Amino acid sequence: MTENPTTAAPLELSQLDLLFNPRGIVIAGASTHPGKFGFVALHNVLAGQFGGAVFATNPERPTILGIQTLASVTEVPHGAADLIFICTPPHTCADILRAAADRGIGAAFVASGGFGEAGPQGVELQKELVELAESLGMVLAGPNGQGIISTPAKLAAQIVAPIPPAGHIAVASQSGNLVSAFLNHASHSGVGISRAISAGNAAMAQVTDYLRWFAQDQHTKAMAAYVEGVGDGRRFAAAIHQAAQNKPVVLVKGGTTTRGAQAAASHTGALATDDRVFDGMARQCGAVRCHTIEEAFDAVAAFATCPLPAGPRTVVLSSAGGWGVISADAVSKSKLELIHLPADLKAAIDKLVPPRWSRHNPIDLAGGEGRDTIVEVIGLLADHPDVDAVLYLGMGIQSNTAAHLRSSPFYGEAELDRICQYHERQDSRFAAAVTEASNRVGKPILAATELGVTQPQNPGPATLAEQGGYCFASADRAIRALNHLWWYADWRKRHLS
Amino acid sequence: MGVLSEFDSKQLLASHGVQISNDLLVASADAAAEAALQLAGPVALKLCGQALAHKSERGLVKLGLDDPASVKRAAQELLATITAEDGEVALLVSQMVTGHREFIIGVARTAQFGAVLMLGLGGVLAEATANAVFRLLPVTHQDCQDMIHDLDAEPLLTEFRGEAAVDQHSLVNALLAIASAAATDGIEEIDVNPLIICQGQPVAVDALVVTTNS
Repeated sequence: MTENPTTAAPLELSQLDLLFNPRGIVIAGASTHPGKFGFVALHNVLAGQFGGAVFATNPERPTILGIQTLASVTEVPHGAADLIFICTPPHTCADILRAAADRGIGAAFVASGGFGEAGPQGVELQKELVELAESLGMVLAGPNGQGIISTPAKLAAQIVAPIPPAGHIAVASQSGNLVSAFLNHASHSGVGISRAISAGNAAMAQVTDYLRWFAQDQHTKAMAAYVEGVGDGRRFAAAIHQAAQNKPVVLVKGGTTTRGAQAAASHTGALATDDRVFDGMARQCGAVRCHTIEEAFDAVAAFATCPLPAGPRTVVLSSAGGWGVISADAVSKSKLELIHLPADLKAAIDKLVPPRWSRHNPIDLAGGEGRDTIVEVIGLLADHPDVDAVLYLGMGIQSNTAAHLRSSPFYGEAELDRICQYHERQDSRFAAAVTEASNRVGKPILAATELGVTQPQNPGPATLAEQGGYCFASADRAIRALNHLWWYADWRKRHLS
Repeated sequence: MGVLSEFDSKQLLASHGVQISNDLLVASADAAAEAALQLAGPVALKLCGQALAHKSERGLVKLGLDDPASVKRAAQELLATITAEDGEVALLVSQMVTGHREFIIGVARTAQFGAVLMLGLGGVLAEATANAVFRLLPVTHQDCQDMIHDLDAEPLLTEFRGEAAVDQHSLVNALLAIASAAATDGIEEIDVNPLIICQGQPVAVDALVVTTNS
């Protein structure tokens, strides 16, 4: 799917308000059959407890999920709804749009397929639908899209799962299932979503229109987008640049080829592959380019949960030696800097742990820590003026031991319960220390452990999530995300100040 | 589309502020020998004409000639290779620019994003090295600094095998000058290749300007 260059001018952003903050919604083509999109869409709107009015249409007027359906859109009270979500066959959409406009509805999300993705006839039908929407003054999202999420409005109008937790990440995608992928990561990590939209065929409203809208949305802190085609590249670049000046933009580009420009007469032309040019455009416009959805979610979650670093000077704190080494390797491949520990910081740590600690960065406490050491060292690192960012590794190890003991045949003997509780309390304290220090000093303090994935109920990752933090799945993924934070912070300094 | 000869390409770029090698365009082997004397020091000798965009592939370049006799001999050899398809051809005598570090700077037009500026490593090896970064034109001073940074070639920018560090200010100016040349009406694509770092300064040693009209 591609950004569609045929629309004459970028949309007025205020038109998109109706998609994300509608007074009421109409599900056109509501179905009694739980396997049909027309059922699922209505179900999700109701299950999500949308705050506005909900109408549904079905020519046979059944009651579905407690909603008395209307035979047609013409029966919707004038002015009661702003958004119509259409699940009916493609040839019926034009009449529905006309009726909706007549009822004062200003926005349509067309979930139905059978348009631009479905051969020349569909292309023609799609073109007609866009022209009709333009003539009616309506904004058209889709067709062939999965839906819209808008957590501030408690709106989950989509034909798929999940309903994500509320938060500050906005997502726009040319692939519906990749919206779901972001939402699934949000649900799993607890780092929530403000808005998400599947652009479908993007016949009228484009991914870049959504990004520009997210940039001025008070509920959004950072945004991620998946794109394949970019349509008019100059318009795409201008929109990305505009959005990135306000907020971090994370881009994943699918379908980049290694082919050079045209039949190049120059070496430059031969080297100007789609991939390199897109990469340069992203860097010029201030967008963070990621190559996988995992990398993109890590990055956008970091942007949504961490302050930007003031510089690249990073300290890794570990109670797990090997992860420290892997972090150091990851840092060496990034633009971050693993600083030499300042003498005063070494002296301060010396007071807290036995002399066998590593005495260099990454800091390995080598098992010498007492009850309060981790919390105190995180505080020392966060406070130090030579440190711009901290990565803490080893959270959750004690609780993992506790989980093992709790399932042991010896549980109940030798005060195992008491030590389990101690371990779990400790990991909660460590997680709380991460968010407390970050909030106090305004620096990114990241924590990473695979336990966030393998044992999400572990009090380390669980507490971090409760406090609004993001648990990175590994040290190297955390470093890559931190590198993106620093790149964007530095881009802002270089280009905007 | 047409192309400018190497001499005309470099003159155009020089008029926008690109530092180019000292060049003399002559018609005969005797004049080449005289030009070499005038330039002093070793010279490069090339056939120069609109139809000779890819000279090195045909062996039409002789490097490091350091006395008038060898210049004359080399000129005679080059002139003997001319074929009817080569069109109007002259001899280009250039003062040798020596340096271990070669870059490529260029401009291309892409279907999706229009005109783009490139900075790459490798000079004549550029396509094989394939380490190149792009920006959409027009570019700012900061964009050009970012391009140098993004090449991730720090060891090549500092002092290198006894040669001075690259004057990055001059490299930025070269990028801006080439961008400015690309904004001229009728310019389609540009290759400055190689751009050799000589005493820290980037010098265009060969260039190809592709024009809209043939």
